[in-house]
Amino acid sequence: MIISVASGKGGTGKTTVATNLALSIENNIQFLDCDVEEPNAHIFLTPRIKEKYPVSIPIPQIDLSKCNFCGRCAQICAYNALAVLKDKVLVFPELCHGCGACSYLCPQGAIKETNKVIGYVEAGQRGNIEFIHGLLNIGEAMAPPLIRAVKKKAQEQRSMPLTTVIDVPPGTSCPVIESVKNSDFCILVTEPTPFGLNDLMLAVQTLKELKIPFGVVINRSDLGDKGVDDYCRKEQIPVLLRIPFKKEIASAYSKGIPLVEALPQYKSEFKHLFATIKCNISQT
Amino acid sequence: MKICVTSQGDNLGSLVDPRFGRCQYFIIVDPDTLEFEAVRNPSVSVGGGAGIQAGQLMTNKGVEVVLTGNVGPNAFATLQAAGVGIITGISGKVCEAVENYKKGKHQSTGGPTVNRHFGIKEGG
Repeated sequence: MIISVASGKGGTGKTTVATNLALSIENNIQFLDCDVEEPNAHIFLTPRIKEKYPVSIPIPQIDLSKCNFCGRCAQICAYNALAVLKDKVLVFPELCHGCGACSYLCPQGAIKETNKVIGYVEAGQRGNIEFIHGLLNIGEAMAPPLIRAVKKKAQEQRSMPLTTVIDVPPGTSCPVIESVKNSDFCILVTEPTPFGLNDLMLAVQTLKELKIPFGVVINRSDLGDKGVDDYCRKEQIPVLLRIPFKKEIASAYSKGIPLVEALPQYKSEFKHLFATIKCNISQT
Repeated sequence: MKICVTSQGDNLGSLVDPRFGRCQYFIIVDPDTLEFEAVRNPSVSVGGGAGIQAGQLMTNKGVEVVLTGNVGPNAFATLQAAGVGIITGISGKVCEAVENYKKGKHQSTGGPTVNRHFGIKEGG
Protein backbone atom coordinates (compact mmCIF):
# COMPACT_ATOMS: atom_id res chain seq x y z
CA MET A 1 0.00 0.00 0.00
CA ILE A 2 1.45 3.34 -1.08
CA ILE A 3 0.27 6.52 0.63
CA SER A 4 1.61 9.80 -0.72
CA VAL A 5 1.42 13.14 1.06
CA ALA A 6 1.09 16.11 -1.30
CA SER A 7 -0.27 19.63 -1.05
CA GLY A 8 -0.32 21.99 -3.97
CA LYS A 9 0.73 24.90 -1.80
CA GLY A 10 4.15 24.71 -0.19
CA GLY A 11 4.66 25.03 3.55
CA THR A 12 1.29 23.60 4.54
CA GLY A 13 2.73 20.70 6.56
CA LYS A 14 3.34 17.81 4.17
CA THR A 15 6.48 16.68 5.95
CA THR A 16 4.80 17.07 9.35
CA VAL A 17 1.93 14.82 8.27
CA ALA A 18 4.13 12.32 6.38
CA THR A 19 6.71 11.87 9.15
CA ASN A 20 4.19 11.68 11.97
CA LEU A 21 2.06 9.23 10.04
CA ALA A 22 5.16 7.09 9.51
CA LEU A 23 6.04 7.26 13.21
CA SER A 24 2.52 6.19 14.17
CA ILE A 25 2.48 3.01 12.08
CA GLU A 26 3.73 0.02 14.04
CA ASN A 27 4.52 -2.42 11.23
CA ASN A 28 7.57 -2.21 9.03
CA ILE A 29 7.22 0.66 6.60
CA GLN A 30 9.13 2.45 3.90
CA PHE A 31 9.44 6.21 3.97
CA LEU A 32 10.43 8.00 0.76
CA ASP A 33 11.25 11.70 0.76
CA CYS A 34 10.66 12.58 -2.90
CA ASP A 35 10.95 16.31 -2.28
CA VAL A 36 14.45 16.01 -3.70
CA GLU A 37 14.93 19.74 -4.15
CA GLU A 38 14.58 20.35 -0.44
CA PRO A 39 14.42 17.05 1.42
CA ASN A 40 13.82 17.60 5.14
CA ALA A 41 12.05 14.49 6.46
CA HIS A 42 15.39 13.11 7.67
CA ILE A 43 15.57 15.96 10.21
CA PHE A 44 12.50 14.52 11.97
CA LEU A 45 13.05 10.81 11.32
CA THR A 46 16.85 10.88 11.97
CA PRO A 47 17.61 7.65 10.09
CA ARG A 48 21.05 6.09 10.13
CA ILE A 49 22.16 6.43 6.48
CA LYS A 50 23.82 3.22 5.29
CA GLU A 51 24.06 3.77 1.57
CA LYS A 52 24.67 6.68 -0.79
CA TYR A 53 25.09 6.62 -4.56
CA PRO A 54 24.99 9.13 -7.42
CA VAL A 55 22.19 9.38 -10.00
CA SER A 56 22.97 10.55 -13.53
CA ILE A 57 21.15 11.53 -16.67
CA PRO A 58 22.61 11.16 -20.17
CA ILE A 59 23.44 14.47 -21.83
CA PRO A 60 24.63 15.03 -25.40
CA GLN A 61 28.26 15.49 -26.29
CA ILE A 62 28.93 16.78 -29.80
CA ASP A 63 31.77 15.48 -31.94
CA LEU A 64 32.54 18.62 -33.96
CA SER A 65 34.67 16.66 -36.44
CA LYS A 66 31.53 14.80 -37.55
CA CYS A 67 28.96 17.59 -37.12
CA ASN A 68 27.86 19.46 -40.26
CA PHE A 69 25.75 21.98 -38.32
CA CYS A 70 22.52 20.84 -39.97
CA GLY A 71 20.56 21.89 -36.88
CA ARG A 72 18.48 18.71 -36.66
CA CYS A 73 19.28 18.16 -32.97
CA ALA A 74 18.17 21.66 -31.97
CA GLN A 75 14.95 21.27 -34.01
CA ILE A 76 13.91 18.03 -32.39
CA CYS A 77 14.92 18.89 -28.80
CA ALA A 78 11.62 19.40 -26.99
CA TYR A 79 13.37 21.21 -24.14
CA ASN A 80 15.47 23.65 -26.17
CA ALA A 81 18.66 22.31 -24.65
CA LEU A 82 20.67 22.71 -27.86
CA ALA A 83 21.53 25.60 -30.16
CA VAL A 84 23.30 25.07 -33.48
CA LEU A 85 25.19 28.12 -34.69
CA LYS A 86 27.34 28.62 -37.79
CA ASP A 87 30.34 26.76 -36.49
CA LYS A 88 29.39 25.86 -32.92
CA VAL A 89 26.87 23.72 -31.09
CA LEU A 90 25.85 24.85 -27.63
CA VAL A 91 24.55 22.33 -25.10
CA PHE A 92 22.59 23.57 -22.07
CA PRO A 93 22.83 20.58 -19.71
CA GLU A 94 20.46 22.07 -17.12
CA LEU A 95 17.62 22.04 -19.68
CA CYS A 96 18.34 18.52 -20.96
CA HIS A 97 15.88 15.84 -19.85
CA GLY A 98 18.17 13.06 -21.03
CA CYS A 99 15.64 11.67 -23.53
CA GLY A 100 18.35 10.72 -26.06
CA ALA A 101 16.43 11.90 -29.14
CA CYS A 102 19.28 14.11 -30.40
CA SER A 103 21.87 11.35 -30.44
CA TYR A 104 19.38 8.86 -31.89
CA LEU A 105 18.33 11.14 -34.73
CA CYS A 106 21.62 12.92 -35.59
CA PRO A 107 22.13 12.18 -39.33
CA GLN A 108 25.91 12.42 -38.91
CA GLY A 109 26.20 10.22 -35.84
CA ALA A 110 28.00 13.15 -34.25
CA ILE A 111 26.30 12.98 -30.85
CA LYS A 112 27.18 10.57 -28.12
CA GLU A 113 25.86 10.68 -24.58
CA THR A 114 27.82 11.21 -21.43
CA ASN A 115 26.49 10.82 -17.92
CA LYS A 116 25.98 13.86 -15.80
CA VAL A 117 25.43 13.42 -12.06
CA ILE A 118 22.33 15.35 -10.95
CA GLY A 119 22.15 14.20 -7.35
CA TYR A 120 22.26 11.33 -4.88
CA VAL A 121 20.05 8.68 -3.36
CA GLU A 122 20.58 7.94 0.33
CA ALA A 123 19.07 4.98 2.12
CA GLY A 124 19.02 4.08 5.79
CA GLN A 125 16.97 2.85 8.71
CA ARG A 126 15.30 4.06 11.85
CA GLY A 127 13.62 1.34 13.89
CA ASN A 128 10.84 -0.10 11.78
CA ILE A 129 11.19 2.64 9.16
CA GLU A 130 13.22 1.98 6.04
CA PHE A 131 14.22 5.45 4.86
CA ILE A 132 15.11 6.55 1.31
CA HIS A 133 15.50 10.07 -0.02
CA GLY A 134 16.96 11.92 -2.98
CA LEU A 135 19.26 14.93 -2.84
CA LEU A 136 19.22 17.00 -6.01
CA ASN A 137 22.44 18.91 -6.59
CA ILE A 138 22.12 22.66 -6.17
CA GLY A 139 21.45 24.33 -9.51
CA GLU A 140 19.94 21.22 -11.09
CA ALA A 141 16.42 21.60 -12.44
CA MET A 142 15.62 18.02 -13.34
CA ALA A 143 14.00 16.41 -10.30
CA PRO A 144 11.97 13.59 -11.96
CA PRO A 145 14.90 11.29 -12.87
CA LEU A 146 16.11 11.45 -9.26
CA ILE A 147 12.59 10.82 -7.93
CA ARG A 148 12.40 7.80 -10.25
CA ALA A 149 15.69 6.57 -8.77
CA VAL A 150 14.33 6.93 -5.21
CA LYS A 151 11.20 4.97 -6.15
CA LYS A 152 13.23 2.33 -7.98
CA LYS A 153 15.37 1.82 -4.88
CA ALA A 154 12.22 1.43 -2.81
CA GLN A 155 10.82 -1.08 -5.30
CA GLU A 156 14.00 -3.16 -5.15
CA GLN A 157 13.93 -3.28 -1.37
CA ARG A 158 10.20 -3.85 -1.01
CA SER A 159 10.12 -7.50 -0.04
CA MET A 160 6.54 -8.04 1.08
CA PRO A 161 3.35 -6.00 0.77
CA LEU A 162 4.18 -3.35 3.30
CA THR A 163 3.21 0.30 3.67
CA THR A 164 5.12 3.01 1.85
CA VAL A 165 4.71 6.67 2.84
CA ILE A 166 5.87 9.23 0.29
CA ASP A 167 6.63 12.87 1.09
CA VAL A 168 5.85 14.66 -2.20
CA PRO A 169 7.24 18.01 -3.36
CA PRO A 170 4.84 20.98 -3.43
CA GLY A 171 3.02 22.10 -6.56
CA THR A 172 1.32 20.16 -9.34
CA SER A 173 4.13 19.86 -11.91
CA CYS A 174 6.27 16.96 -13.17
CA PRO A 175 8.06 16.17 -9.86
CA VAL A 176 4.67 15.87 -8.14
CA ILE A 177 3.23 13.61 -10.84
CA GLU A 178 6.34 11.42 -10.69
CA SER A 179 6.09 11.19 -6.88
CA VAL A 180 2.37 10.41 -6.55
CA LYS A 181 2.23 8.06 -9.53
CA ASN A 182 1.05 4.55 -8.56
CA SER A 183 -0.07 5.64 -5.08
CA ASP A 184 -3.07 3.86 -3.62
CA PHE A 185 -4.09 6.98 -1.74
CA CYS A 186 -2.95 10.58 -1.53
CA ILE A 187 -3.27 12.87 1.49
CA LEU A 188 -3.57 16.52 0.47
CA VAL A 189 -2.36 18.81 3.24
CA THR A 190 -3.73 22.32 3.10
CA GLU A 191 -4.37 25.37 5.25
CA PRO A 192 -7.65 27.28 5.55
CA THR A 193 -6.53 30.33 3.56
CA PRO A 194 -7.39 31.54 0.05
CA PHE A 195 -3.90 30.44 -1.05
CA GLY A 196 -4.31 27.02 0.50
CA LEU A 197 -7.70 26.63 -1.18
CA ASN A 198 -6.50 27.76 -4.61
CA ASP A 199 -3.62 25.29 -4.64
CA LEU A 200 -5.74 22.54 -3.11
CA MET A 201 -8.15 22.86 -6.03
CA LEU A 202 -5.25 22.49 -8.47
CA ALA A 203 -3.96 19.43 -6.61
CA VAL A 204 -7.46 17.89 -6.59
CA GLN A 205 -7.71 18.32 -10.37
CA THR A 206 -4.32 16.65 -10.76
CA LEU A 207 -5.27 13.64 -8.64
CA LYS A 208 -8.61 13.24 -10.39
CA GLU A 209 -6.75 13.14 -13.68
CA LEU A 210 -4.40 10.49 -12.25
CA LYS A 211 -7.37 8.58 -10.78
CA ILE A 212 -5.78 8.40 -7.32
CA PRO A 213 -8.19 8.45 -4.34
CA PHE A 214 -7.51 11.28 -1.91
CA GLY A 215 -8.56 13.05 1.28
CA VAL A 216 -7.63 16.33 2.93
CA VAL A 217 -5.74 17.20 6.11
CA ILE A 218 -6.27 20.78 7.26
CA ASN A 219 -3.27 22.16 9.11
CA ARG A 220 -3.46 25.27 11.31
CA SER A 221 -7.16 24.49 11.06
CA ASP A 222 -8.32 27.18 13.48
CA LEU A 223 -6.86 30.05 11.44
CA GLY A 224 -8.10 31.63 8.23
CA ASP A 225 -11.54 31.20 6.76
CA LYS A 226 -14.14 28.56 5.90
CA GLY A 227 -13.24 28.35 2.20
CA VAL A 228 -11.45 25.00 2.35
CA ASP A 229 -14.23 23.43 4.45
CA ASP A 230 -16.93 24.69 2.10
CA TYR A 231 -15.04 23.43 -0.91
CA CYS A 232 -14.46 19.96 0.59
CA ARG A 233 -18.12 19.69 1.55
CA LYS A 234 -19.27 20.75 -1.91
CA GLU A 235 -16.87 18.36 -3.65
CA GLN A 236 -17.51 15.58 -1.12
CA ILE A 237 -13.83 15.32 -0.27
CA PRO A 238 -13.25 13.71 3.15
CA VAL A 239 -11.44 15.87 5.71
CA LEU A 240 -9.32 13.24 7.44
CA LEU A 241 -7.61 15.25 10.15
CA ARG A 242 -7.38 18.79 11.51
CA ILE A 243 -4.20 19.99 13.16
CA PRO A 244 -4.66 23.20 15.16
CA PHE A 245 -2.36 26.21 15.16
CA LYS A 246 -0.44 25.75 18.39
CA LYS A 247 2.75 27.24 19.69
CA GLU A 248 3.88 23.86 21.09
CA ILE A 249 3.57 22.29 17.63
CA ALA A 250 5.55 25.06 15.95
CA SER A 251 8.15 25.01 18.71
CA ALA A 252 8.71 21.24 18.44
CA TYR A 253 8.92 21.53 14.65
CA SER A 254 11.54 24.25 14.90
CA LYS A 255 13.70 21.89 17.00
CA GLY A 256 13.23 18.98 14.61
CA ILE A 257 11.12 17.06 17.14
CA PRO A 258 8.25 15.09 15.58
CA LEU A 259 4.81 16.15 16.72
CA VAL A 260 3.92 12.67 18.01
CA GLU A 261 6.98 12.72 20.26
CA ALA A 262 6.49 16.25 21.57
CA LEU A 263 2.73 15.86 22.01
CA PRO A 264 2.09 12.09 22.26
CA GLN A 265 -1.69 12.57 22.30
CA TYR A 266 -1.42 13.11 18.54
CA LYS A 267 -0.22 9.56 18.01
CA SER A 268 -3.77 8.24 18.25
CA GLU A 269 -4.90 10.91 15.78
CA PHE A 270 -2.35 9.73 13.22
CA LYS A 271 -3.16 6.07 13.93
CA HIS A 272 -6.77 6.93 13.26
CA LEU A 273 -5.74 8.71 10.05
CA PHE A 274 -3.91 5.58 8.92
CA ALA A 275 -6.88 3.36 9.74
CA THR A 276 -9.25 5.69 7.85
CA ILE A 277 -7.00 5.59 4.78
CA LYS A 278 -6.73 1.79 4.90
CA CYS A 279 -10.50 1.61 5.08
CA ASN A 280 -10.80 4.06 2.17
CA ILE A 281 -8.45 2.01 0.01
CA SER A 282 -10.19 -1.28 0.71
CA GLN A 283 -13.49 0.29 -0.35
CA THR A 284 -12.21 1.34 -3.77
CA MET B 1 22.54 44.46 -42.62
CA LYS B 2 19.78 43.03 -40.47
CA ILE B 3 18.99 43.99 -36.90
CA CYS B 4 16.21 42.66 -34.69
CA VAL B 5 14.01 44.57 -32.26
CA THR B 6 11.79 42.62 -29.86
CA SER B 7 8.27 43.96 -30.19
CA GLN B 8 4.82 43.76 -28.68
CA GLY B 9 3.21 44.07 -32.13
CA ASP B 10 3.90 43.22 -35.75
CA ASN B 11 5.03 46.57 -37.17
CA LEU B 12 7.52 49.42 -36.74
CA GLY B 13 5.00 51.50 -34.78
CA SER B 14 4.63 48.83 -32.09
CA LEU B 15 6.16 49.13 -28.66
CA VAL B 16 9.41 47.37 -27.83
CA ASP B 17 8.85 44.19 -25.83
CA PRO B 18 11.18 44.29 -22.80
CA ARG B 19 11.64 40.51 -22.94
CA PHE B 20 13.89 38.78 -25.44
CA GLY B 21 13.07 35.07 -25.31
CA ARG B 22 9.41 35.60 -24.58
CA CYS B 23 8.62 38.69 -26.63
CA GLN B 24 5.52 38.67 -28.83
CA TYR B 25 7.25 39.48 -32.13
CA PHE B 26 10.74 39.80 -33.54
CA ILE B 27 10.90 42.72 -35.97
CA ILE B 28 13.83 41.95 -38.24
CA VAL B 29 14.68 45.15 -40.04
CA ASP B 30 17.26 46.66 -42.36
CA PRO B 31 18.03 49.96 -40.59
CA ASP B 32 18.88 51.73 -43.86
CA THR B 33 15.87 50.82 -45.98
CA LEU B 34 13.50 50.10 -43.02
CA GLU B 35 12.37 47.01 -44.88
CA PHE B 36 11.23 44.59 -42.22
CA GLU B 37 9.85 41.16 -41.45
CA ALA B 38 7.71 40.52 -38.36
CA VAL B 39 8.24 37.01 -36.96
CA ARG B 40 5.75 35.85 -34.34
CA ASN B 41 7.71 34.30 -31.48
CA PRO B 42 6.89 30.58 -31.34
CA SER B 43 8.43 30.26 -27.85
CA VAL B 44 6.29 32.75 -25.91
CA SER B 45 4.97 30.08 -23.58
CA VAL B 46 7.42 27.16 -23.72
CA GLY B 47 8.46 25.72 -20.37
CA GLY B 48 12.14 26.52 -20.72
CA GLY B 49 14.78 27.45 -23.24
CA ALA B 50 12.85 30.33 -24.83
CA GLY B 51 15.97 32.51 -24.90
CA ILE B 52 18.00 29.75 -26.54
CA GLN B 53 15.31 29.28 -29.19
CA ALA B 54 15.20 33.01 -29.81
CA GLY B 55 19.00 33.11 -30.10
CA GLN B 56 18.86 30.21 -32.54
CA LEU B 57 16.24 32.06 -34.60
CA MET B 58 18.45 35.17 -34.76
CA THR B 59 21.30 33.04 -36.12
CA ASN B 60 19.06 31.33 -38.66
CA LYS B 61 17.75 34.71 -39.86
CA GLY B 62 21.23 36.21 -40.14
CA VAL B 63 20.59 38.95 -37.57
CA GLU B 64 23.71 40.89 -36.57
CA VAL B 65 22.44 42.99 -33.67
CA VAL B 66 19.55 42.51 -31.23
CA LEU B 67 17.81 45.45 -29.56
CA THR B 68 15.66 44.53 -26.56
CA GLY B 69 14.83 45.31 -22.93
CA ASN B 70 16.58 42.44 -21.19
CA VAL B 71 18.32 39.18 -21.96
CA GLY B 72 18.73 36.20 -19.68
CA PRO B 73 21.88 34.10 -19.22
CA ASN B 74 21.09 31.36 -21.75
CA ALA B 75 19.99 33.83 -24.43
CA PHE B 76 23.13 35.87 -23.77
CA ALA B 77 25.35 32.80 -24.10
CA THR B 78 23.69 31.78 -27.37
CA LEU B 79 23.83 35.25 -28.94
CA GLN B 80 27.39 35.79 -27.82
CA ALA B 81 28.54 32.43 -29.20
CA ALA B 82 26.80 33.28 -32.48
CA GLY B 83 28.57 36.64 -32.62
CA VAL B 84 25.30 38.60 -32.50
CA GLY B 85 25.56 42.05 -30.92
CA ILE B 86 23.28 42.61 -27.90
CA ILE B 87 21.86 45.97 -26.88
CA THR B 88 19.55 46.02 -23.86
CA GLY B 89 17.60 48.68 -21.98
CA ILE B 90 15.58 49.59 -25.07
CA SER B 91 12.03 50.93 -24.70
CA GLY B 92 9.57 53.06 -26.67
CA LYS B 93 8.55 52.37 -30.25
CA VAL B 94 10.37 49.94 -32.52
CA CYS B 95 11.00 52.65 -35.16
CA GLU B 96 12.51 54.96 -32.52
CA ALA B 97 14.80 52.15 -31.36
CA VAL B 98 15.98 51.67 -34.94
CA GLU B 99 16.54 55.43 -35.41
CA ASN B 100 18.50 55.69 -32.18
CA TYR B 101 20.55 52.66 -33.21
CA LYS B 102 21.41 54.34 -36.53
CA LYS B 103 22.52 57.45 -34.67
CA GLY B 104 24.82 55.24 -32.60
CA LYS B 105 23.07 56.11 -29.34
CA HIS B 106 23.14 52.56 -27.99
CA GLN B 107 25.93 50.65 -26.33
CA SER B 108 26.25 46.91 -26.38
CA THR B 109 25.66 44.88 -23.26
CA GLY B 110 28.45 43.08 -21.42
CA GLY B 111 26.40 40.32 -19.81
CA PRO B 112 22.92 39.00 -19.09
CA THR B 113 20.70 41.67 -17.55
CA VAL B 114 18.15 39.41 -15.85
CA ASN B 115 17.97 35.90 -14.42
CA ARG B 116 16.48 32.99 -16.29
CA HIS B 117 12.67 32.86 -16.54
CA PHE B 118 12.45 36.63 -16.03
CA GLY B 119 10.13 36.87 -19.03
CA ILE B 120 7.63 34.49 -17.49
CA LYS B 121 7.09 36.65 -14.43
CA GLU B 122 6.60 39.69 -16.65
CA GLY B 123 3.24 38.30 -17.72
CA GLY B 124 1.87 38.83 -21.23
